[in-house]
Amino acid sequence: METRNSIRPRGPVVIDIENITKDYVMGEEVVHALRGVTLQIHRNEYIAIMGPSGSGKSTLMNMLGCLDTPTSGRYEFNGKNVAEMDDDELAAVRNREIGFVFQTFNLLPRSTSLRNVELPLIYAGIEPERRLERATQVLTDVGLGDRIHHKPNELSGGQRQRVAIARALVNGPSIVLADEPTGNLDSKTGEEIMDLLEHLYERGNTIILVTHERDIAAHARRTVHLRDGLIEMDHAGFIPELDLPIAEITST
Amino acid sequence: MKRFFYELSESWKIAAAQMRSNLTRSTLTALGVIIGIIAVTLMGTAVNGISIGFDKSMAVLGDDVLYVTQWPWKPVDDWWNYRDRKKIKTEYAETLNRMIAATPNSNLVIAVPTSNLMRSIKYRGNQVDNVFVLGTTSDFIVTSTIDCTSGRFFNELESRGGVNVVVIGYDVADALFPSESPIDKSVLINGQLFKVVGVNTRQGTFLGLFSWDSMVAMPLAAFNKYFSAKSDSDVRVKLKDKTRLADAKDELTGLMRRVRGLPPEKKDDFSINEQQAFKSTLDPVKNSIAIAGLFITGLSLFVGAIGIMNITFVSVKERTKEIGTRKALGARRRTILLQFLIESTALCLLGGFIGLAFAYLMCFGIGKAFPSFPIHFSVGLVFLSMIVSIFTGLFSGFAPAWTASRLDPVAALRYE
Ligand SMILES: Nc1ncnc2c1ncn2[C@@H]1O[C@H](COP(=O)(O)OP(=O)(O)OP(=O)(O)O)[C@@H](O)[C@H]1O
Ligand SMILES: [Mg+2]
Repeated sequence: METRNSIRPRGPVVIDIENITKDYVMGEEVVHALRGVTLQIHRNEYIAIMGPSGSGKSTLMNMLGCLDTPTSGRYEFNGKNVAEMDDDELAAVRNREIGFVFQTFNLLPRSTSLRNVELPLIYAGIEPERRLERATQVLTDVGLGDRIHHKPNELSGGQRQRVAIARALVNGPSIVLADEPTGNLDSKTGEEIMDLLEHLYERGNTIILVTHERDIAAHARRTVHLRDGLIEMDHAGFIPELDLPIAEITST
Repeated sequence: MKRFFYELSESWKIAAAQMRSNLTRSTLTALGVIIGIIAVTLMGTAVNGISIGFDKSMAVLGDDVLYVTQWPWKPVDDWWNYRDRKKIKTEYAETLNRMIAATPNSNLVIAVPTSNLMRSIKYRGNQVDNVFVLGTTSDFIVTSTIDCTSGRFFNELESRGGVNVVVIGYDVADALFPSESPIDKSVLINGQLFKVVGVNTRQGTFLGLFSWDSMVAMPLAAFNKYFSAKSDSDVRVKLKDKTRLADAKDELTGLMRRVRGLPPEKKDDFSINEQQAFKSTLDPVKNSIAIAGLFITGLSLFVGAIGIMNITFVSVKERTKEIGTRKALGARRRTILLQFLIESTALCLLGGFIGLAFAYLMCFGIGKAFPSFPIHFSVGLVFLSMIVSIFTGLFSGFAPAWTASRLDPVAALRYE
């Protein structure tokens, strides 16, 4: 715990959002998924986003990953206003700057690990030889050097998630966004995935992690609590007493 | 540009993998296009064949020959005005030739008389009915594209002397002489013996249009001796320069009016025709056959295209989550668009290839089984059907591919 809560020198701001809201209109009803979120994230931070179901964690994550556009508010990514980027620029940001890891892995089911990992390289226009080399390298890094020709259904859940992480990393993005990356894994495999993320963090990546689980959140260096589309708490490190589920805090 | 080809080749690989993993579905979908392409290609070969047949039949008439006839070569409403015209006489040819010789810088070369009627021909036990018997002079070959596989056309001596010789068409020769050479054999026409001196090269019959294959030609003098006035006569006149057809026509009209002794206030009592006039009445027929045929068969291709469109829509729907994932990984809209367009186009192209192969085999088979069926397979047709396949693919893939490229990434990722 000691090292984890120690303050490191802060890098430049990579994500800067101010008063972000997101409304979903469903017929008559308007769902306010985010109600004004302000957040700054520096390079090489390790953040856990926690909160009850429906509090807007995934919505926020999609926003940060330039997959979704806010209803109102300002978002600057690496100093550039995201609202002013066109579709191709957004695609390029997602391709080069951001690596997504999903709860459900989202691998292409009929393609091999290698082919899956090559995908972002294809979209980046990398030559086939370099692509093969790079994808194999990254798969070896996540410990799947001997599984590159396996298809997802020939892999265990943990292995699948590692392929997905390799895919997220292959273009060397500075930011890794993981929405409940261990949600579909048992706790032991989950820990392995967390070790991998820890390693990335050590290497200098910015990690943003959405999770329900306290022991998973405990890996992060900063914790943001969301509730009903608002930030309820934002503090350094993981403080067991603070980071109890809200219900438990109020009941004690 | 390089980037585009990169994306093209990558999308192609993805499409190929996709088709392989959905083999049954791809095959069934391609079947629609296969059938469509077969239908269109076969119709194309038939249209091609018809067109070639037309041209062949037209070539018989010659594009540098004018025909002086009683009836014009076009449909007329006032037939009663033509019925009472005087018949064209074969003697006109001689008069015309003298006039042509006397005209300096004439646009005309020579006039050749022809008379014809239908008769039966016998040789030993074999008989052919309704043979087109033509009486003409040895100058006939100047005005016609006729040539002989064996023997020769009758010569000037035989022509002037009215000798009993004939040149027979390919089909006539085939029917009368299944197993021997017809040359120097004597055939029986109207109770008279004629010696065969030549057999024409096969031309092919076509939709009942005139063909040399079922006719015989003999010297006009002999023809006049044995076949009474019941025959129809024309005079054909060869031009010097076919690019000056209008001038030649005017000149010939003038000469014919002199032959007939018409005063200036009287209208022509004969018709002067050329291949072009005949063509321009037949071309619309030919074109409507082509358009109707291609339209009807095109419908079957259209049905195939709808099948592909449908399956591409299903594919987009099924792979919504995949599309979301691809977008999250940095796929641009046009990358997604291209991927689905290529999938549908590849499917169509594959169907096109297979369809073409089948069509080729069928053409080959039909050609062997029914040699007279007008069918003609050409390289142009191969390219055409490939292009049609590609366009079918683009057409049927566009709407689904567009939908896919416009999907909202978040909604797509949420899709279950
Ligand atoms: N496409 C949508 N249409 C309508 N409402 C939506 C849509 N997406 C999200 N919402 C609503 O927005 C709110 C926040 O959803 P979000 O997915 O961000 O929650 P979450 O914190 O990720 O929850 P969980 O922990 O269950 O994943 C929810 O009330 C949800 O119903
Ligand atoms: Mg969520």
